[in-house]
Amino acid sequence: MSEHFIVSASPHLRQNTSIQKVMFGVVIALVPAVVGSVYFYGVRALLLILLSCLAALVTEGVIQKARGVPVTMGDGSALVTGILLSFNIPPGVPWWMPVVGSVFAKGVDVVTQATPLAVMRKVTEIIADPNSTTHQIVQAREVLADLGSSESIANLFMGQVGGCIGETSAILLLIGAAYLMFKHYIEWRIPSTYMATVAILTWVFGGPSGLFTGNALFHILAGGLILGAFYMATDMVTSPVSPKGMIIFGVGCGVLTSIIRLVGGYPEGVSYSILLMNVATPLIDRHTRPRKFGEVKKSG
Amino acid sequence: MVSVGDEVKVGTVIGEAAGFVSVPVHASISGKVTAVGRFPHPLGGEHQAIVIEGDGEDSWHESVVPRDNVDSLSPKEIKDIIRDAGIVGLGGAAFPTHVKLSPPDSKPIDTAILNGAECEPWLTADHRLMLERPAEVMRGFHLIMRALGCERGFVGIESNKPDAVEAMKAAVPAGSGVRVVMVQVKYPQGAEKQLIDSLIRRKVPAGGLPMDVGVVVQNVGTALAVYEACYKGIPLVRRVVTVTGNPVENPSNFSPRVGTMVGSLVEQAGGLSDEVSKVISGGPMMGIAQFTLDVPVIKGMSGVLFLGPGEVDTRPPDPCIRCGHCVHACPMKLLPTTIEKYVMVEAIDKAVKIGLNDCIECGACAYVCPSRRRLVHQFKYGKYLSAELRNKAAERSDKEKGN
Repeated sequence: MSEHFIVSASPHLRQNTSIQKVMFGVVIALVPAVVGSVYFYGVRALLLILLSCLAALVTEGVIQKARGVPVTMGDGSALVTGILLSFNIPPGVPWWMPVVGSVFAKGVDVVTQATPLAVMRKVTEIIADPNSTTHQIVQAREVLADLGSSESIANLFMGQVGGCIGETSAILLLIGAAYLMFKHYIEWRIPSTYMATVAILTWVFGGPSGLFTGNALFHILAGGLILGAFYMATDMVTSPVSPKGMIIFGVGCGVLTSIIRLVGGYPEGVSYSILLMNVATPLIDRHTRPRKFGEVKKSG
Repeated sequence: MVSVGDEVKVGTVIGEAAGFVSVPVHASISGKVTAVGRFPHPLGGEHQAIVIEGDGEDSWHESVVPRDNVDSLSPKEIKDIIRDAGIVGLGGAAFPTHVKLSPPDSKPIDTAILNGAECEPWLTADHRLMLERPAEVMRGFHLIMRALGCERGFVGIESNKPDAVEAMKAAVPAGSGVRVVMVQVKYPQGAEKQLIDSLIRRKVPAGGLPMDVGVVVQNVGTALAVYEACYKGIPLVRRVVTVTGNPVENPSNFSPRVGTMVGSLVEQAGGLSDEVSKVISGGPMMGIAQFTLDVPVIKGMSGVLFLGPGEVDTRPPDPCIRCGHCVHACPMKLLPTTIEKYVMVEAIDKAVKIGLNDCIECGACAYVCPSRRRLVHQFKYGKYLSAELRNKAAERSDKEKGN
């Protein structure tokens, strides 16, 4: 029997979990949407996704090596960066664009230990296509044009409309999100309050013929809301840690998205909303410290 | 109290109480004192200890005689017996029981709670006690209630021990104010404040004690010790200890005398079959890792847990990813991640402000952390620093007064 026992502070048991597990959980959750993107846009989509992942992996490895810190290429976080980033670009962009986006995103990530996923999204959009906004407006108009039928909502849900690689099919993204929630890898508060806020605000204020005539379902399914709400707003590093803070964060994202969509110049506001709320996170955290067990509310 | 060469019997007082919050120590076997000195202690480091070489006679001190007037004892008399028997909280903290039973008059107690939750994984000492000696435990609890002068009592048992609930229910005498209640299996259900909240929905104020809400909680093992002291005159010289873990050949509960070496308990349990990486005094969530088996059973030792090589996670921690799992896990509703960050930069005043000293060190936060952060380790260190700061501040104000 060995007389050399390990001595450390309690607890001596740990849940079988790790960053790696969480990250690969997200990768698994994204698989349906990856398969869907290949189905909708062909092999080119797959190629862009793979390039993006590869670039993220290499960037992470090279920078960590250069800085002399442990290389964590195996923990799956680079894959998550790569996939999500490629999901945010239109399938028609030249091959080097996701590469540049990935290198930038992962580079910042590795150096600062945190990049809001939404930053990657916005940066890539800008790098990828300076004319992307006009592109999106045209696209949004087209979709809006045949909004009359319930068929178009169904198409949005299934993914039969043009758009960025990954945000096309709501159902495939929701399947992955359900898996993440089931595994407790993401938290329900942020996505649910985010989407509920957008639904309510667009229903109340978004209609062409006065209050309470907006098409909430369209706003939820169109654009990157589902991708953003479940996969980006829930990014742990840049969202609040307390339950109350998460709700404020989700509602805030919803309000900003609705404002940008309804009265702003962009047809889409998911990325900017999440980014702005990311910036507000330290402030939210400071003011939403949960009441301690047995803490009495200060009177007056 | 004793010196080398002295003959002692079971129950001879060998260490005297040093103040109110202190109890005497009794010889747990009969024999001869062979050494008085400093020896390894389960709480870490070395402490004063007395070595007794047993004579195999197990002859008891003449003061150990059964009492037949138990029903007429006054609360004061019960508390004195408890103190003189050296009884401390056997749940693990080993806080002197008579002190807990003597709240100031400004804090009337209306409810006593018997803690049979036993929420630490692996440990089954309290469970066995409730199964094997429910009547004695219940009588001990009634004595505790009498000492407190309260009519209402609850026995809280986690619902994974239905047999213990049955046994304890059967032991409740008719017409008594005691109710046996099944509580949810939920770590840390056995923590005083959480158990009080579960049973009677009272929240002990932050920084306060159960008596602030009119409650005193005692462990089932303590209740048995009270019974033995009051009815049989036996001081606290033995307790139930769970010896368990995968490397242990025959995991068992023992009732060793206090002072028995942990190494010989292991032999009783059939020895160790596998390599051992970690030895823990107490349970896996809050227990203390041992560096040697040459430590004695102490009054607060509820179990000895052995972990094999595959069961000890020695991977270094990863950076915090702010997932918030610790925040959701914390039973005290604190922000473990934020407190950790403050402690790591030694911003102790800030850490205290957001609840460092409210932490009960249950380990739930570190258990769920995907980055394996050493949260409890930092909190213990932070509390140590905070106590140091308090002492310094007290010294300073004393000096100023002196000038």
